[in-house]
Amino acid sequence: METFRFILKRVGQSVVVVFLVTIVVFALLHLLPGGPARGILGVQATPEQIAAFKEKRGLDEPLVIQYLEYLGRLLQGDLGRSYVLNAPVADLIIDRLPKTLLLSVLSAAVGLMIALPLGIWQAYKRNRPSDYVLTSLSFVAYATPVFFVGLILIIVFTQWLSWFPPLAPRGDSIADILSDPQALVLPVTTAALGIIALFSRYMRASTLDNLSEDYVRTAAAKGTSEGQILARHVFRNSLTSITTMLGYYIPVLFAGSLVVEQLFNYPGMGLLFWNAAQAPDFPVLLGCVLIISIATVIGSLLADLVQVFIDPRVRHSS
Amino acid sequence: MSEAQIEVSRRGGAPDGMAAPVSNRMLMWKRFMRNKIAVVGAVVVVLAFAFAFLGPLIYQTDQVHVQLSAANEAPSANHWLGTDAVGFDQLGRMMVGGQVSLTIGLAAGVLATVIGALWGSVAGYTGGWVDAIMMRIVDSGIAIPALFILLVISAIVSPNSLTMILVIGCLAWLVPSRLVRAETLTLKSRDYVLTLRGIGGGHWRVVSRHIVPNTISTLVVNATFQIADAILLVAYVSYLGMGVQAPATDWGGMLSAGLSAAYSGFWWLIIPPGVAIILVVCAFNAIGDGLRDMFDVKGR
Repeated sequence: METFRFILKRVGQSVVVVFLVTIVVFALLHLLPGGPARGILGVQATPEQIAAFKEKRGLDEPLVIQYLEYLGRLLQGDLGRSYVLNAPVADLIIDRLPKTLLLSVLSAAVGLMIALPLGIWQAYKRNRPSDYVLTSLSFVAYATPVFFVGLILIIVFTQWLSWFPPLAPRGDSIADILSDPQALVLPVTTAALGIIALFSRYMRASTLDNLSEDYVRTAAAKGTSEGQILARHVFRNSLTSITTMLGYYIPVLFAGSLVVEQLFNYPGMGLLFWNAAQAPDFPVLLGCVLIISIATVIGSLLADLVQVFIDPRVRHSS
Repeated sequence: MSEAQIEVSRRGGAPDGMAAPVSNRMLMWKRFMRNKIAVVGAVVVVLAFAFAFLGPLIYQTDQVHVQLSAANEAPSANHWLGTDAVGFDQLGRMMVGGQVSLTIGLAAGVLATVIGALWGSVAGYTGGWVDAIMMRIVDSGIAIPALFILLVISAIVSPNSLTMILVIGCLAWLVPSRLVRAETLTLKSRDYVLTLRGIGGGHWRVVSRHIVPNTISTLVVNATFQIADAILLVAYVSYLGMGVQAPATDWGGMLSAGLSAAYSGFWWLIIPPGVAIILVVCAFNAIGDGLRDMFDVKGR
């Protein structure tokens, strides 16, 4: 019952937040000089064209009415139309989003496979020289912009060593992209480095927290070796906080893919957004902002819910 | 440690049995100086500001006239870090760009902290449905990733230093507002606040004289991290070509043509701005860590 009430409250909060986000996006559309008419007709439209368009589309109606109409269209999956690419925004996003997800999932998987063992190892070797070196490295990596990492990797691995191609795989389908794995190496590495820096830090802290728990002392008293305690007990308990962090990490993942896709010309949502910003193509920009925001809200909601399900302590304290 | 407590201990002098009166301020200073990495960070920040703002007085370069005949030259005695794609001296460009990066980062970080402090203290102190609404607004703000919204706004208004400070400041206040709200909630039930309310102290007086000053340490620590984040955010926006417009530039903007420079092997156009960003962001983060230890507060 407690759990059910917590879930209901958390879902309710998320719905309110998504609702507020739609208001912000709607407000941004009306902040444009000339309003949404300017957004749709483009920067070069004359004031007369804008006035005529407003009358035709009912844009001179009260804002509240317009907002409700906008909300109604959103609920039907209508995100507006890109007049630069001449296609519905929803279709454009549906086409690009899976490719961005592929890149993000690959980078997160590679990143975590390195970050988690690294964090545990650092906790095991805590306050020894190797721990200090790795901690300083992640401190520096945290301050390094993704685009700088990408540029350095491009110089080293495409110009000096020519091991990998400088462009990400192109193609219309996921299968096309996966058929050229060599071209995926640099984009995935670039995105993964940030994840390694951040999550090795979380894992180290989380492991250290767990090492001071009673069950660790009990296991040690029963003669379990430190290696076994780490692998069998501490690792599984640390995963709780790591899963939660992954949920909160979604907006950073999208921001990273924006830069990585721009850098390696990878045909995902980040590149779509960047091209729209250059145009500027406001229906696409605001559609992407809305989708990414909803993904962020769902991510942190899932993070909280997962925690409730896998950690009974959270359930009882809430 | 709060301002009020510091005042008390300074006026009261040393407790009996102590040899010399040591003020808390001295103690905190010593604690900061003991954190060597934080001290190094502070030195790096001072050097970075000196480089950007005093450097042009010593190393004078022409950052106004394009000189295509001297484009993309490798480092030499004339141009210590070479020249860029339109013939500007790269070292001089680093100084000009540093002025913009540091100014925007510093101002936006401070602005964000001020807005966050006001919002968080009002929400936490008022409580009830006002608090609920104010914090849901913060939630929805956090749900919209700052980089994306910043690019949208840059597409609407042509960005310059002032608009970027205002926009980043108005986006980045969300996290400090949560921190300050949490502290306000604990502070407002403290005895001295209740006493002040009991003897007729107004709400404004309580918030401005007692709540906000007691969150100062949290705010200072957070502001330092905010500055680091703002410098990074500006770098991202400028790298993506939506930052301050030419002929002005900043360290991120100097890398916006980095891809073609990378293909041509012009390393001197890529390494210096990138390293400068990393150094300064690391330095501010290190200072933040040092201040957090010094004030003994929970930062991020």
